Amino acid sequence: MPAHDVLIIGAGLAGQRAALAAAEAGASVAIMSKVHPVRSHSVAAAGGINAAIAIDDDWTEHAYDTVKGSDFLGDQDAIEIMCSEAPGEAMHLEHIGVTFHRNEKGELDLRAFGGASKKRTAYVADITGQAILHVLYEQLMRHEATVDRYEEWFSTSLILDEAGHCTGCVAREIRSGAIEIFNAKSVILCNGGNGQCYKPTTNALICTGDGIAQAYRVGAPIMDMEMVQYHPTTLAENGFLITEGARGEGAHLLNAEGRRFMEDYAPNKMELASRDVVSRAEQTEINEGRGVGPDGQGIYLDITVVPRKRVLEALREIVNIGRDFAGTDITREPIMIRPGQHYIMGGVKTDVDGRTPIPGLYAAGEVACVSVHGGNRLGANSLLDTLIFGRRSGEHAAARGRELAMPGAPTSRLREDESAIEEIMGRPREGRRVSEIKDELGTTMNEYVAVYRDEEGLTKAHEVVHRLKEESATAYIDDGGRVFNQDVLGALEVGYMLDCAEATIVSALERKESRGAQYRLDYPDRDDEEWLKHINVTRGDDGEPEISYSEVTITKWQPEVRKY
Amino acid sequence: MAEYTLRLRRYDPDSGEAAYWEEHTVELEPHRSVLEGILQAKDRSDGSIGIRCSCRAAICGSCGVRINGRPDLACHKHLRRAEKESKDGVIEVEPMGNMPVIKDLIVDMEAVHWKKIRRVTPWLIPKQPVPEREYIVPRENMVDVTQSMACIQCGACVSDCLSMEVDPEFIGPAALAKAYRFVGDPRDDQHFERLEDLAEDPHGIYDCTHCFQCIDACPKGVAPMSQIMRLRRRAGNDFDIEDRNNGERHEASFVSLVKQYGLLNEAELLPRSYGGDSPLAKFKPAAAAELASSLPVIAKALLRRKVTPAAVFAPHKLAAADRKAIKRIFNEVEGREERLEFNIYISGRDEDLL
Repeated sequence: MPAHDVLIIGAGLAGQRAALAAAEAGASVAIMSKVHPVRSHSVAAAGGINAAIAIDDDWTEHAYDTVKGSDFLGDQDAIEIMCSEAPGEAMHLEHIGVTFHRNEKGELDLRAFGGASKKRTAYVADITGQAILHVLYEQLMRHEATVDRYEEWFSTSLILDEAGHCTGCVAREIRSGAIEIFNAKSVILCNGGNGQCYKPTTNALICTGDGIAQAYRVGAPIMDMEMVQYHPTTLAENGFLITEGARGEGAHLLNAEGRRFMEDYAPNKMELASRDVVSRAEQTEINEGRGVGPDGQGIYLDITVVPRKRVLEALREIVNIGRDFAGTDITREPIMIRPGQHYIMGGVKTDVDGRTPIPGLYAAGEVACVSVHGGNRLGANSLLDTLIFGRRSGEHAAARGRELAMPGAPTSRLREDESAIEEIMGRPREGRRVSEIKDELGTTMNEYVAVYRDEEGLTKAHEVVHRLKEESATAYIDDGGRVFNQDVLGALEVGYMLDCAEATIVSALERKESRGAQYRLDYPDRDDEEWLKHINVTRGDDGEPEISYSEVTITKWQPEVRKY
Repeated sequence: MAEYTLRLRRYDPDSGEAAYWEEHTVELEPHRSVLEGILQAKDRSDGSIGIRCSCRAAICGSCGVRINGRPDLACHKHLRRAEKESKDGVIEVEPMGNMPVIKDLIVDMEAVHWKKIRRVTPWLIPKQPVPEREYIVPRENMVDVTQSMACIQCGACVSDCLSMEVDPEFIGPAALAKAYRFVGDPRDDQHFERLEDLAEDPHGIYDCTHCFQCIDACPKGVAPMSQIMRLRRRAGNDFDIEDRNNGERHEASFVSLVKQYGLLNEAELLPRSYGGDSPLAKFKPAAAAELASSLPVIAKALLRRKVTPAAVFAPHKLAAADRKAIKRIFNEVEGREERLEFNIYISGRDEDLL
């Protein structure tokens, strides 16, 4: 049985950063992922990473922008930590090899981004996430002796001992089908969000909320789940991401009248207002009949106003995406976009060191909710979140390991998971196909739990998810094999997704106000008196979600009217 | 909506049976990808079809396969296009080459691709002292290495590398492109050591045969072969590394023979590759030994009229005017202050400059 001081589940930016930090602190480390680390969804982050490194910038300005972006739901102590540690983290990345683009003086160049009062986004063309992820993986290869990699292992459950401490996980090796217990003094969840609950989404097929659901199932509270970000510029065609960097470099949004409609919604920041504001504006234009395209469901993003040479150098990836997936040369004509599901602000509730209320269980990155993003995440703050809180979790877990002996590992969980997998593989072909359930979940969430919400739609979505949960208990698959049985893992993933979706819906129903990404047509105003608080969801003894609240931490910035 | 037929290569290691072909019909818009076609077949009729995939947008590098015999990402090829390129209207999808198959379209990248990546010391060895803030480096250098940073490690180039087919130990296009990412990075302290290592390795930079397969295969414009050629120029021209594989001498002789004759003089190329770039090379011991040991090959070439005795003593030459034109090209290129490198992040493709 593999046993380590620190077991990290998920190998995107948060996971790899946590692994390197824990190893540097002297811990024995395992990092496990259901895909090869460089396939992790962090690879898709395009635009950049925020850090107040310019001479005329200050981390407190970055923090204020983040607080305002969060619609004052973010916890300000955590935001202060993230923003004050950002410059150091950016320099660390630079020193280990990230090829950040430079200005004419050879210093890190910075680009403008949404909701930011200054240019503070460091970048590598429009492949920043990819560049950082691959450089961290370089470091993992370098530290092969101290970090054990379990690539293409699928964790099925977290293990708690009798005292309620997390002591590891059960995992299935995808290639062989072997199932094993991983024992650890501490476990750090770094396995991302649950964007696949939506269809379409910018998120990869692997973003199925595994970590959120697994933590929820062992009793950890999940927080801010109603806050689901719709990115303003996803390809109308298929929902692929067009980086905010495009607008950062100066691109315009145009409605059917050819007008820069953002002047009606955010006259100061225009296209670079917060994402929730821009997405809402676009959806309003579309709903009021000013959308473009054959069905009027799109908006034009005009990148032709950016000099062509600059586009080729700094936005090369979206040139490719336009050419390959929309048949559009973005340097010569506008491209049709629309708001699309992009990011989960909520997640497993943690403190600023990544600790969840379950001893020994940490979480960092999109799976976690510290909460630094509150009601709405600023562009280029997600990479920062993964790295800062990945590192802090890794360091904290390593220190915790020094005080502890290796805990015992109960084996009952392994047998349960093994028989659950066998049960799925043995189901008769009578119920629905697992893929049908996933499909219906995605379209339902995108219809009723999207940019605009109301009681009626949310209730409808709740009913659908309830029914899907029942149907999923008998849903069947085709693959009965051992090697690379992706079918059976898909069935487990749908179970995780349904838990996440349910938490999102009950939280959205609960919050009877409009704040950040949650806009309730039946409660269109922000209500600080009643709702300046986090909604937490825990799993009750009957398996149903239970709601509680927690305070928003305010240090320097009192809530004020939010205008861009 | 249109109907497409996919012919998928299936292999189930549990079954003990050999690999076989299986057809699936899917219904999708023509601009949807081959991956979406496969996923539809998986969702609707057979969930056991094995393919790695994640982002669907050509950025995660999971879904490298061969489509109609050519390597690509399944998510990067439209169904319409794939059908057009097929030999019989059926889109053929099979696992990548040069790597062992695990199941269906899934290959063992660890056994080949990642092993080779680890061969090139794939991390920055930073110049000391490490500055407090960022290293100050020319803007152009960081844009320049973006081309090799754009590699998503999908393995498409490895799949169809002809040199690797012949020499499985060849470090290969992906790993060498990764190596350039450090050699082209001014913050790295080991440019010479890296280049010497890759030049001296018999399976290193001089093992590439310029076949262009990897440039064709790469879905991200990394152009691995161009990166290999840049490693050679850095090794041979900038660091004067004379390797034991005769790579540097071979390349230098090649160039100077073309410059002199306008065409390649094969009879001169071999001795100069071993004895150095001079007409007297054939009298050097290294070249003489190589010539002697190559006699059987030379004899065969003579028999098959690949070479004629006349050509050995009177090499073919272009007309004087043409030779002059070629010299002009050499002067033009060599007279430039900076070496011109092809890089889509800087100059773009030709059509980008219009």
